[in-house]
Amino acid sequence: MAGATTMTIERPFDITAIRADFPIFDRKIRDGKRLVYLDSGATSQKPNVVIDAESNFYRLHNAAAHRGAHQLAEEATEGIESARRIVADFLGGKEDEIVFTKSSTEALNLLAYSIGSAPAGNKFHLNPGDEIVVSEMEHHANLIPWQQLAGRTGAQLSWFEVTPDGRLDLSNINSVITENTKVVALTHQSNVLGTINPLKAIVARAHEVGAVVVLDACQSAPHMPIDVKELDVDFLVFSGHKALGPTGVGVLWSSVLDDLPPFLYGGSMIETVTMTTATWAPAPRKFEAGVPNMAQAVGLGAALDYLANIGMSNVHDHEVSLTQYLIEKLQQVPELKIVGPTSIDARGGTVSFTVGDIHPHDLGQYVDSQGVAVRTGHHCAWPLTKIMNVPATTRASFYLYNDENDIDALVEALLGAQKYFGKF
Amino acid sequence: MELDSLYQEVILDHYKHPQHKGLLSEYSAQVHHVNTSCGDEITLNLTIADGVISAISWDGQGCSISQASVSILGDLLTGKTFSQAEEVVNAFSELMASKGTAAGDPEILEDAVAFAGVSKFPGRVKCALLGWMAFKDAAIQSQGESK
Repeated sequence: MAGATTMTIERPFDITAIRADFPIFDRKIRDGKRLVYLDSGATSQKPNVVIDAESNFYRLHNAAAHRGAHQLAEEATEGIESARRIVADFLGGKEDEIVFTKSSTEALNLLAYSIGSAPAGNKFHLNPGDEIVVSEMEHHANLIPWQQLAGRTGAQLSWFEVTPDGRLDLSNINSVITENTKVVALTHQSNVLGTINPLKAIVARAHEVGAVVVLDACQSAPHMPIDVKELDVDFLVFSGHKALGPTGVGVLWSSVLDDLPPFLYGGSMIETVTMTTATWAPAPRKFEAGVPNMAQAVGLGAALDYLANIGMSNVHDHEVSLTQYLIEKLQQVPELKIVGPTSIDARGGTVSFTVGDIHPHDLGQYVDSQGVAVRTGHHCAWPLTKIMNVPATTRASFYLYNDENDIDALVEALLGAQKYFGKF
Repeated sequence: MELDSLYQEVILDHYKHPQHKGLLSEYSAQVHHVNTSCGDEITLNLTIADGVISAISWDGQGCSISQASVSILGDLLTGKTFSQAEEVVNAFSELMASKGTAAGDPEILEDAVAFAGVSKFPGRVKCALLGWMAFKDAAIQSQGESK
């Protein structure tokens, strides 16, 4: 039944059964070692249902959606549009509020460029002196598009600072978000610190001054229940590949797309065209020029269905308990310093740290030799690592398929690294 | 362990006791290079006297591979002419591109043959090359000025 919310019966949270859904865990790594994948903040692994959905699209239904008068075109259209329904249900939004992009980075750039091209009189139009607010803990993808938009329009970029324990400093909220603020672009959960930001006060203040709120949910939507109505934000983006889906698909949700000018022009985003003029199709089509990434959208639909079956609260609870276990264990490692909150309160399953003077790249290399995959570096949040006063960090990030064995393996590898690099 | 081919003792030794670190105030060219994927940074000062590299000094932060590599580079290239240095730089670049198939010529590369194992780890080749690319850049700049 089109448009209806499907009743989901959650399956019990059985970590062994979940791991069995992910074929990559069958392979061995670095000379026969068990794969300990702690880099889901960068990209998640994929369950069989996603791999099958994407390849079955190509195998059985491939045609250009929204065009063509044949059966395959109908099936391709139904494929992407049913994925759109699944995404809408996953976020608590409506189908016509979902735009498929190629990535969340593209979604954020779409917003920055569309806002930047809004003509005078359009509610999104920016004048010199208007303000765009971000925070010091943004991923480059939610910083640079706004920084550059400010440069192009003469708007001013301002930002929330980060406290030494890795929380957003809201003490000066009324002087950061002012009567001139037009856009507040903020991460829901830091990809470095794991901090989950308190949105209520920020959204209330933004709306009080007539600004729109753009939420980067890349690190939150895959890991916790999201309800866009409850969050009360105006735009939300997340990426498919961090949510068990394929690469090459991102999501932009918004309930205020009607007045926003298009970003990319071309086929299927139009209503009428002459040699000198064009008018636009209603959203979301206005923002989906060209033949869409159908197979990837279908794969993402399968991923979000899979997550809904397990239950996002269950996913979140599992990751919170793993995070608590990891933080306890890490605090027993000599010379280890957690970069970010050590309290489990308002915190997701991403933990960054440094270990004495072992450079993160060397540390990452050693733990990799033990089969443990972590991320090292500045995590595309260079200003933040500078503020936290570290050149780089090592980051462990979880997903539903991780268990306490993974954490034990990481901690053992960290101790091994200390021994290895200490011997010289 | 495979890792031992990466972390040769000479590399860790240079990392713990870096040579030529600390920027000299007199230089013919100064460059600043970063490894954009991990944030490693090196500032390198190149000093030329009578067509010979009279000093290489540097400062920076980064992993053992990037820091040891520039330290060894300083040892190797100081006192050489540009054409002698070019031979070493080319030999080192070739070694790094060898994907673990070459051992490096110790006649040319001396201690830098210790980096042969790095070429087996694609993620670390950029670390090893950071200082060398900085040197190349500085050499071009200083030669441009002298012409």
